[in-house]
Amino acid sequence: MSIQSIWLVPALPLIGFLINGLFRNSLSKSLTGIIGSGTILLSFVVSLLIFGQVRQPGFQGEVVTLFDFITVGKLSIPFAFQVDQLSTLFLLIITGVGFLIHLYSTSYMHEEAAPHFARYFAYLNLFVFSMLLLVLGANFIILFIGWEGVGLCSYLLIGYWFKNLDYGNAAKKAFIMNRIGDLGFLIAIFLMIRQFGSVEFGEVFAHASSAKVGVLTAITMLLFVGATGKSAQIPLYTWLPDAMAGPTPVSALIHAATMVTAGIYMIARSHVLYDLTPVTQSVVAVIGLLTALLAATIALKQNDIKKVLAYSTVSQLGYMFLGLGVGAYTGAVFHVMTHAFFKALLFLGAGSVIHAMGGEQDMRRMGGLRKWMPVTNLTFLVGCVAIAGIPPFSGFFSKDEILAAAYAKNPVYYGVGLFTALLTAFYMFRLYATTFSGGFRGTQDQEHHLHESPSAITIPLIVLAILATVAGFLGIPEAIAPDAHVLGKYLAPVIGGEAHGGVEVSKGTELGLMALAAVLALVVSVWAWVRFKSRPDLAEPTGFGKVLANKWYVDELYNAVIVKPLDLLAQLLVFIEKNIIDGIVNGVGRLVQYGSRQLRLLQSGQVGGYVLLMVVGILVLFLVELFVKK
Amino acid sequence: MPINYYIFLAVALFCIGVAGVLTRRNAIIIFMCIELMLNAVNLLLVAFSKMHYHALSATAPHAGIDGQLFVFFIMVVAAAEVSVGLAVIVMMYRNTHSIDVNFLNRLKH
Repeated sequence: MSIQSIWLVPALPLIGFLINGLFRNSLSKSLTGIIGSGTILLSFVVSLLIFGQVRQPGFQGEVVTLFDFITVGKLSIPFAFQVDQLSTLFLLIITGVGFLIHLYSTSYMHEEAAPHFARYFAYLNLFVFSMLLLVLGANFIILFIGWEGVGLCSYLLIGYWFKNLDYGNAAKKAFIMNRIGDLGFLIAIFLMIRQFGSVEFGEVFAHASSAKVGVLTAITMLLFVGATGKSAQIPLYTWLPDAMAGPTPVSALIHAATMVTAGIYMIARSHVLYDLTPVTQSVVAVIGLLTALLAATIALKQNDIKKVLAYSTVSQLGYMFLGLGVGAYTGAVFHVMTHAFFKALLFLGAGSVIHAMGGEQDMRRMGGLRKWMPVTNLTFLVGCVAIAGIPPFSGFFSKDEILAAAYAKNPVYYGVGLFTALLTAFYMFRLYATTFSGGFRGTQDQEHHLHESPSAITIPLIVLAILATVAGFLGIPEAIAPDAHVLGKYLAPVIGGEAHGGVEVSKGTELGLMALAAVLALVVSVWAWVRFKSRPDLAEPTGFGKVLANKWYVDELYNAVIVKPLDLLAQLLVFIEKNIIDGIVNGVGRLVQYGSRQLRLLQSGQVGGYVLLMVVGILVLFLVELFVKK
Repeated sequence: MPINYYIFLAVALFCIGVAGVLTRRNAIIIFMCIELMLNAVNLLLVAFSKMHYHALSATAPHAGIDGQLFVFFIMVVAAAEVSVGLAVIVMMYRNTHSIDVNFLNRLKH
């Protein structure tokens, strides 16, 4: 398979989207499922073949130009794909995890009517297509097309059950918040065109060092604004928890494993620009750290199983931005990969639980589920251990790499990061213990209904659990085994060798930090497990817990500061529109109608009357001619 | 003869025509009044043509000739109009057994 056939990778999901979308009324459910998952599987196979070439040592990135997309004046934007180590890695994550989630969906969504089932798969395929476009684009415009495409699909899938008004509102919220970020991204692209006369990665990065730092800072900050929207960072993160309105596999694919990591991909891709602007780097690091901490504190007190996972996603994304901010691009991408595995696993596990509970999402009414769902229980536990950062599971290695780089940059980053990691371990094991341990707290009906999910659900869980366990070994830090960082070496041609942000900490310190993080995470996990196993957190929170349960009242704050004034403005504009502008338009119409009704009376059919009017008219013209001064 | 006489005669003829069209109901008479107006204009055109010819023939041998030409055009148009108009009146008589123009407002209904 030559590199040129890279176009197949996004084309296959597009075909799947077209078939499922256009023939959704005539296709049977099983055929829809086969087309939807099959195209992604084929795409994954093609990606694997291409990966086989890209991973050869000495492979330099290649740009595959398909056709000329836009040519205006001196600006030429080809429709081109960037095939290199970074984009291929993302291809594998997207199509691989994407396929598992498609497979899972065939069972999870089975109760939907056939046209809606096909609509779901069409959206899902369109999403995969857009996401592939996003990571493959060889310039910022193609990236932006994919960027918008995934935003659209996210909107469509959050609002998949559009008859529920709340879900529709959640979809709108996600879309609008993304639009705010997208505006920043778009302005950054315009600035780039002005500064470099090109949007192609190669050109922009080659000329970046000759640009003024001020302009570069503006560009990178605006790109970061785009990233905060898509990747749910402060201040635009509130859409992600609401996005849990969508079906659970959607949350797993879009709002955990792939779409929300688009911002990380974009910044890792343009790391050349960020390396030149230390100010933006600090902003990225601080925002990432704050988001990680804030979301982790909120997750402590959530009772909806998906909400906990949603806030944990926001928190982990914050980690990745911390990694980007401190220059650990490899670490951030590494964490994207491991996070894709364990978070998709956790979401799919949660989906399996919700499925068994007949749609119940409140974990206060669960408990003791491990008796009924052994596979889900075990895989979910693997996911929890991985995200909590307990060695040798994958989360430990990726998190550790980011934390080590943070320590090298600034020990305060490290301290806050470690604290957040402990919070993560705590709320994940609170979630695990409340859901799977202890006694069942739901109704008799639910207890009767409990069952392990079918194999289309458990197989993806098992595969993801294995990946979440072993993926960490791709990035064994130098301190443990020299030259064992496979991922770092693989990504080196794109991201450069500075896996630890340039500043090295001594081997002893790194090992010490690692041991500290691992031991603390283990202690906190066990403590949380033991604590919530016997005494689940059922009471209504009070005091500070209430603030956390209400998400720091950020939604309320946004409502009061932004939404309410905008609503008032909109009401004023509606008033102006209805009364003044519509009044003018309708008034003109009514005047013409009235006038013509009166004038119509003149057409009496009496010829004499017409002639008289004509004569009067001629006389008037005469008088005007004679007496009006020119 | 001074041009004023022609003008007054033409205006008088025209006004008679207008008055006839406005006041009479008989289609034939209205028709004749229209002819009267046309001819008033013809008279005026011929008179001015003659006047210009007298005044300018020394320098421009064809002075005023276009006025005469217009008269011919008007006569041709008037002849055509008469033939059409009379045909209309005949048809109108056949349909309404009257040539009173006030009956024509039936077209409205």
